[in-house]
Parts: sequence; C-alpha cells; structure tokens
Amino acid sequence: MSIQDTIRETVTSNPVVLFMKGSPTFPQCGFSARAVQIIKACGIAKFAAIDVLQDPEIRQGIKEFSSWPTIPQLYIKGEFIGGSDIMTELYQNGELQKMLEGVAAE
Amino acid sequence: MSDTIRLMQDKLATLAPQHIDIRDDSAKHAGHAGARAGGGHYQLYIVSDAFAGLTTLARHRLVYDTLGEMMQVRIHALSISAKTAQES
Repeated sequence: MSIQDTIRETVTSNPVVLFMKGSPTFPQCGFSARAVQIIKACGIAKFAAIDVLQDPEIRQGIKEFSSWPTIPQLYIKGEFIGGSDIMTELYQNGELQKMLEGVAAE
Repeated sequence: MSDTIRLMQDKLATLAPQHIDIRDDSAKHAGHAGARAGGGHYQLYIVSDAFAGLTTLARHRLVYDTLGEMMQVRIHALSISAKTAQES
C-alpha cells in the first residue's frame, strides 16, 4: 500500500484524526499542543493522533495528501479541516463544536 | 529586515495587499524539536481583496500557494491572519 493510500485509510476509518508533532500527552510543538487542546475543549476525549515525527514518510506524505505545507492537520470524517489557526477560528465562532457534535460517538 | 521577510513580501505583493505585516517569531522556538531542520517561525497579517468570498481554508491555501517553495525550506511555521479590507 502506498503512503497516500495508508493516509487515506487512516482518515476515512477514524472519525477524528489529528496529524501532529509528538503525542497528545507530550506534544513537541506549540501549534500541535494548541490543536489537541481545542479538540479536547470540544468534548472529544478520544481521537486518532498520528505523530509525524515517528515516520518521515507520513510527515512528507501528509503534506502532499492535503496540499497543505504545515502540521498539525485536522481531519473530520475524512475531510481536511485545516491547521491550528483555522481550528482556533472555527472553535472561537462555534463551528468546530458543531462539526464535531456526535462524530466521536460514531 | 531579514531576507526571508523581504522575499515573503515580494511574493505576496501579487495579492495586491492593502496592508501586510510579517513578524519573525523564530527566537521563541529556537531549539525545539521541529525547528532543528532549520526554517523560521513567522506571523503574517495580510489585508487583501483577493480574499473576498473565500473561506479561511481557501485564504490560507492562497497564501501558501503564493509563497510556493518558500514553505518547504525557509518557512517552518506560519501563523496566518488573512482579511479583506472590509473585515480589517
């Protein structure tokens, strides 16, 4: 399976996926830490977190998958939502909470 | 002004910004794991009517596309605030 197929499978088989640097417990980057905080603030306790620092192929592959040059990257039900700036904006205007409503229970 | 910031301004000039402010935050991140590969941390505030009618995601994509390969090498992280003149 190619790395793009692996990524596609990851984002479609998990309702909420965050590609980040480090883990939710020990984020290795301030932007990734903020992304985790926002997801938790939306009431999502369980989500798939992929540490790109563990795999150079995924680290490069995810940038190509979404045509987005930076990490973190949030996916909800297979759809690319954005990085930490966009997550912050969507959280502040209440849209992210709506997008995540009921998703984790699926 | 640093070379990178000047280059960013040159590239972003194609969006005809009414206002542009780029801050270098690299010093705050020196030494952390992600910064080791080189490339700086920057904060961009840009006002342009090129963003009219675009979602935030599309606005950020437009900025990334305009900066092109700079995102691969010189810029490690970029915090973006992209507004239209009406919103600013």
